Amino acid sequence: MFIIGELINGMYKNIGKAIKEKDKAVIQRCALAQVQAGADALDVNCGPASSNPVSDIQWLAEAIQEVTDRPLAIDSSRPQVIEAGLKALKNKGIINSTTADTEKLNTLVPLAKKYNAKLIGLTISAKGIPQNKDQRLELAANIIGTCVDSGFPLEDLYLDPIVMPVNVAQSQMKDILEAIHEFKIIAEPPVKTIVGLSNVSQGTCARSLINRTFATMAVAFGLDAAILDPLDSELVDALIATELILNKQIYCDSFLTAYRKK
Amino acid sequence: MAQELMLEEWPGAVFTVTIGATKEEGGSRKHTIKVGGQTALPFLFPEGTMPHRPVIAYEVWDTAPLDWPQELQKTYADTLKDPLSWAEKCVKEYNAKILCVKLQGAHPDFGNKTPDEEAKFIAQLLKRIDVPLIILGCGDDTKDNLVLPACAHAARNERCLIGDAVQDNYKTLTASVLADGHNIIAESPIDINIAKQLNILISDMGLPLERIAINPTIGALGYGLEYAYSIMERARLAALAGDKTVAMPFICFVAAEAWRAKEAKASSAEFPIWGPESERGIAWEAMTAAALIQTGADILVMRHPKAAEKVNNYIDELMQKEQ
Repeated sequence: MFIIGELINGMYKNIGKAIKEKDKAVIQRCALAQVQAGADALDVNCGPASSNPVSDIQWLAEAIQEVTDRPLAIDSSRPQVIEAGLKALKNKGIINSTTADTEKLNTLVPLAKKYNAKLIGLTISAKGIPQNKDQRLELAANIIGTCVDSGFPLEDLYLDPIVMPVNVAQSQMKDILEAIHEFKIIAEPPVKTIVGLSNVSQGTCARSLINRTFATMAVAFGLDAAILDPLDSELVDALIATELILNKQIYCDSFLTAYRKK
Repeated sequence: MAQELMLEEWPGAVFTVTIGATKEEGGSRKHTIKVGGQTALPFLFPEGTMPHRPVIAYEVWDTAPLDWPQELQKTYADTLKDPLSWAEKCVKEYNAKILCVKLQGAHPDFGNKTPDEEAKFIAQLLKRIDVPLIILGCGDDTKDNLVLPACAHAARNERCLIGDAVQDNYKTLTASVLADGHNIIAESPIDINIAKQLNILISDMGLPLERIAINPTIGALGYGLEYAYSIMERARLAALAGDKTVAMPFICFVAAEAWRAKEAKASSAEFPIWGPESERGIAWEAMTAAALIQTGADILVMRHPKAAEKVNNYIDELMQKEQ
């Protein structure tokens, strides 16, 4: 399971404040805490309040890379912010994200190629959020098609089926899980799959429980990666146990420690 | 249409363990032996590298083995009673690049030598021969916990490989290996889960994972070889997939198992149809080693020079495919 830590996001008060005051220590502590808790990569988002996201994203990337060499996912809906972030990266980065809209794809796929970055593709378009599995697959095919046409390696593509809050779209949960499985069979080599996990529990009163339940189910459907809160240790423990049950890790009595040692 | 080979790309690699230390490194060995470092399954050169070939360690005891079969007794003859000459014979005559010394004489039932005596023996051995050493205890936990630290200290900075640590008895040995700059053998009873657990326990004490070799425990040809084979294969696949807690080189005690087999030691008088016993044991030892090499064995502890020679030639042949 490829875990992308979600906590460096300007929409969180402490991070927003640190960005504003250029307080590196807060950002670096948050980065290290996530890495120690099992994050393989870190999401970086300046948040809506940033007055200068182009320079803020670079400052964030530089601050984080002083303390860890884990890959960073540059999280923005604006291509110029993404490119600014990618420029500041020492290692292979991740673009978070493109939608399935032609205009977006035509900008971001070449950008991913230029910077040799991985790319997260959301199966969503200007028409709105997909309502069922077939719409998700259609959007997925769009993204895959553009990548193939432009020679972007499919093994670097992560498709996100768009996870809806369970209290908003309960009837779609099964479709979302099945989409994860089917995304992997519509391309060769198979693409990778990812979810923004916390969305599933948005507005509910048992967030952690819902997050980890959905996460384990999604992994069983073939999920490769998730953007989540790695400090939720019950969630990470559940994911580690899931990999054990799926025979992706060898059991030993200290399997939780063993996974985090990797 | 041209056939295209499907090649596996592995994200992980086996740790490289270095045995022996030269003068420049603070020891007194003529050379060092490196094992491990593979980035693919054994000899699959199109998929990855195998920077170090499997090595054969000649087994030497600190006391004359009483129950070794005739063929082995005959080969080593009188040197069996003089461990230092025995060791020297292996290096000079058989060109052994590394020795595996078993301190059997420390066992309460087989001589009960003191830690002091064994430490002196190791010091003398290090003076007499200049190849890297693997040092094994006698198998009695209580005694080994006294003898092995003394020997580890006597061989301080020579970067030996010392064993075996087991799940119920690893702390004393780990601490002394850590203190005196050696590597450790972690033994598990043909059990991947225990192998992994023991590596974690040892590394939790501060010994880096790249200073551990796994003794997976093997069975000889016809005596459970395939169980050991599949356990080793599973560990190696996990290691190549990125699990560092099982990414250690393997040490396999080939001869100790092979020469226990009835087929290796029974006399031709008893089983005339099996052919001469002078060839059978050698074949059994060589075949067991050859099979284990295919599943990732890095160090093969062997006894008969003819078996060792055959296996060495076999390794040479396999390594040539690299070009």
